[in-house]
Amino acid sequence: MERLSVDVAIIGGGIVGCAAALALRKAGLTVALLEKGLCGAQASGINAGGVRQQGRHVTELPMTRRAAKLWPRLHETLGEDVEFRQVGHLRLARSEQDVQMLEDYAVTAREHGLYLQLNSGTVTREMFPWVSGKIAGSSLAVEDGHANPRLVTPAYSRAARSHGVHVLEFTPVEHAQWTGSNFEIQAPRLVVKSRHLVNAAGAWAGKFLSFFGESAPLTLRTPNLFVTEPVSYFMTKSIAVCGGAVYFRQVERGNVVLGGGPGWGDLKSERSRNRADTTLGQFARAIELVPELSGLHIIRSWSGLEGDLPDKLPIIGASRTTPNLVHAFGLCGHGFQLGPAIGEILCELIRDGRSQTPIDAFCISRFDAVAHQKMAGAG
Amino acid sequence: MISESPQFHRLAERSGEQLVITVDNRDVAVRQGDLIITAVLLHQKAIRRFEFGDGFRAGYCLMAACQDCWVSLGDGRRVRACDTIVEPGMEVRTGIFNANGKTENC
Amino acid sequence: MLAKIVIVGAGPAGIRAAEVLAGAGLQPVVLDEARQPGGQIYRQPPPGAERDAFTLYGSEAGKARNIHAAFGRLGKSVDYRPDTLVWNCSSNALNILHKGRQGIVPYDRLLIATGAFDRVIPFPGWTLPGVFTLGGAQIALKAQGVSIGKRVALIGAGPLLPLVASQYLEAGADVAAVLDVTPFGAKIRALRGMLAVPEYARRGLSLLLKLKKFGVPTAYDVRAIEVTGNWHVDGLKWRDGAGRWHRIACDAVAASFGLKPEMQLADLAGCATYFDEATRQWLPSLQAGGRSSVPDVYLAGDCAAIGGADVAELTGKRAAYSVLRDLGIGFAADELKGIETTLARHTRLRKALDAAYPFPTHLIDAMSDSLTLCRCEGVTVGELRASYVKTSAPDVNRLKAFTRVGMGRCQGRVCGAMAAEILAGQSGASLPDVGRLRGQHPIKPIPMVV
Ligand SMILES: Cc1cc2nc3c(=O)[nH]c(=O)nc-3n(C[C@H](O)[C@H](O)[C@H](O)COP(=O)(O)OP(=O)(O)OC[C@H]3O[C@@H](n4cnc5c(N)ncnc54)[C@H](O)[C@@H]3O)c2cc1C
Ligand code: FES
Repeated sequence: MERLSVDVAIIGGGIVGCAAALALRKAGLTVALLEKGLCGAQASGINAGGVRQQGRHVTELPMTRRAAKLWPRLHETLGEDVEFRQVGHLRLARSEQDVQMLEDYAVTAREHGLYLQLNSGTVTREMFPWVSGKIAGSSLAVEDGHANPRLVTPAYSRAARSHGVHVLEFTPVEHAQWTGSNFEIQAPRLVVKSRHLVNAAGAWAGKFLSFFGESAPLTLRTPNLFVTEPVSYFMTKSIAVCGGAVYFRQVERGNVVLGGGPGWGDLKSERSRNRADTTLGQFARAIELVPELSGLHIIRSWSGLEGDLPDKLPIIGASRTTPNLVHAFGLCGHGFQLGPAIGEILCELIRDGRSQTPIDAFCISRFDAVAHQKMAGAG
Repeated sequence: MISESPQFHRLAERSGEQLVITVDNRDVAVRQGDLIITAVLLHQKAIRRFEFGDGFRAGYCLMAACQDCWVSLGDGRRVRACDTIVEPGMEVRTGIFNANGKTENC
Repeated sequence: MLAKIVIVGAGPAGIRAAEVLAGAGLQPVVLDEARQPGGQIYRQPPPGAERDAFTLYGSEAGKARNIHAAFGRLGKSVDYRPDTLVWNCSSNALNILHKGRQGIVPYDRLLIATGAFDRVIPFPGWTLPGVFTLGGAQIALKAQGVSIGKRVALIGAGPLLPLVASQYLEAGADVAAVLDVTPFGAKIRALRGMLAVPEYARRGLSLLLKLKKFGVPTAYDVRAIEVTGNWHVDGLKWRDGAGRWHRIACDAVAASFGLKPEMQLADLAGCATYFDEATRQWLPSLQAGGRSSVPDVYLAGDCAAIGGADVAELTGKRAAYSVLRDLGIGFAADELKGIETTLARHTRLRKALDAAYPFPTHLIDAMSDSLTLCRCEGVTVGELRASYVKTSAPDVNRLKAFTRVGMGRCQGRVCGAMAAEILAGQSGASLPDVGRLRGQHPIKPIPMVV
């Protein structure tokens, strides 16, 4: 039985866990990162790669702004190119009503320092001739873009390791407890003792709530993705649409990655898979926005396992039952862009007891009222 | 320079109606029952450019497995040349030859 | 209600399976991507390009005729749907694409008979125009009556090599050389085992004699090959067992090194697989009677285990009998017994063939960093090795995530096994430990159209 004693133990080697590990280590703490498989092999490694602020819930804007400042420097932080490209994110409106929605959102966003460029349908077409003529207007976030998810989190884990984090892969945490003065975390042939514990176990985080007598309405989300054959680069922006369940982007090599709608997944067997019916249903939605997509061939497809919460906002913050326990999970399908910021926020929470970025909206207790109401209703 | 001499050679002369299709805007005589890959490679040595570097491709497996023979047709379809049969008037675009019948940058 | 039985693949295995099931009155659905029945081996020329069976199939003409006739006789007792790509399988239903239209075919029982594909080992020059697989060279001749070049060099490590060579020679092609990368001695040693099926041994011998009669330069134990040419093939260099290099002029090369099951559909259906040390490749795990690890899914022909056309006919029937048995439908058990006995002989033959054509690991050891391994994405051997050094990727799916190997149009069908070889070689892990690329739909590209 190996024993390890550190300041902070982190469960989960996704982008959240790895970014936190690097930030904490840089802040001078000793860190062990425990990952049941490989770092960045779950949601963080297979997502759509969208690095987008536009369209986020208002409570997420401070955090997404913080992340947006980190992404352009990430290759320096990590010491390698992770294919972050600030191509811009274009949100399309199909009706005047949607145009109004974009305008309202732009006002809110500006209050948080996110400037969105609003364009009429005609101007949108002039700027981006490949967009369908039926578009009523658009909103462009020039700072947004995409990165290669297959590279980002593994690069984080390597950087963390080279800074001295104990990155322990193939190390499934089987049990964790608070002894009154520290945590004891058990994995096969290993016990880690730590002052602090971070629950960044993604879709599997519920298990670690139960160890500490906590609960949250965490469910499984399995976004559906597929990619086309490579064609000449023409679509210079990442695309989303108001009220539409489709999003897509073209990479420099020419492939178009498309997503939206549910895939299939199973937490126990750790398997996930693209759903053919969802994929087929997306064809019309995507072609309606960018007609040139018609006729391109789909060559691959996949899905992934992600934690979901009823209000589509994450849980980030201190546990209510256990001192020195911090949660950061349930990113509801849009945590890739936030990852670098959440890493720093977790570091501040542990080092300073509070974060510079407002995170109150993400506290775990917000579901208590709901739970109580439900119980009352049932009683 | 990729030459315009044929890659494939007919060993068995056979009956079958003669048709004309175009390959990169040039008329090419083919026989009914020819696959696009046959039609093209009876007249030149490659059927497409490689997207990620120098060089050309001429298909590989001829059984719809390797996916190395995708070409565009005039009607906008993209098809595998090794399992698509020629039709009269078909316009095959390999992207190898420009309008003057020359290949660029090689 | 009758159970809905779907067969994927109308090659020798699928056709014989359909025959048994149709005989029991079950009207199976037969789906095949090709426009005509016969599979790869008994592939028919398209309408307008018909020629007589002997020119097409040579020594195999009789069998080809039988198979085509057998399927023809089934008529309306099977629901045959040619030109239908099956691109996904999940929850007892198949996604199909027919003439650009999407469809769904549900099933109660699925019999997968999707055949095999050439086993590829990259060598310098293998992506040049003019290099094809041996299977491809054969199809050019059978389905189109064309030779892949004016002067053709043939390279291989399996019984397909002398067969294609003799078919090309009979058809009047100029064969520059027939190069076997496995030693001649291995064949001599395996001869006894091959006698398990005497007609097979006889046929093999007559092929070799034919090559001799035509006076084609033939070599065994070829240690290295290298195709030359800037934009297309202009020659071939090869090194013999004694270390001497030889050079031949040719404008086409056909090369492949045995066969590999097309098991993408079985994979998506959830069938378990195992690493077969003898042939150094992954195969679906087979239970008695051609059953897979998934109830309701049966495997036959080369997609279950490489056995050749004769075995495919037998395993096709056998899987169909298993379907009948599992549905509680009676049949003449004698015939099944006969099949099992013949198959046992073929198993001995297959063992001998595997020994006669051992996997040419020397071609893998010879791969240099500059060699392109993934022809779709243009990933080199050196990139794979460097990625391992940087990332310690323990398995081939992780290596794919980092390097794009196997991410292109073919989905790793061509290069996946070779990426595993490179990773195992670099990391020191065993081949079964580095695993294989996970299957994803679509099995082949599907168009995004409304
Ligand atoms: C298909 C898909 C597309 C997406 N597209 C986008 C996008 O375009 N833009 C965007 O911003 N976001 C996107 N997301 C969301 C984003 O990927 C996630 O929000 C983010 O990666 C979550 O990070 P994580 O670290 O919480 O989770 P994960 O990456 O899942 O990490 C959790 C880790 O915990 C480990 N773990 C679990 N249990 C244990 C245990 N017992 N012991 C040890 N380790 C354990 C897991 O193995 C895993 O590695 C997408 C998600 C998916 C699935
Ligand atoms: S040549 Fe391989 S798919 Fe056409």
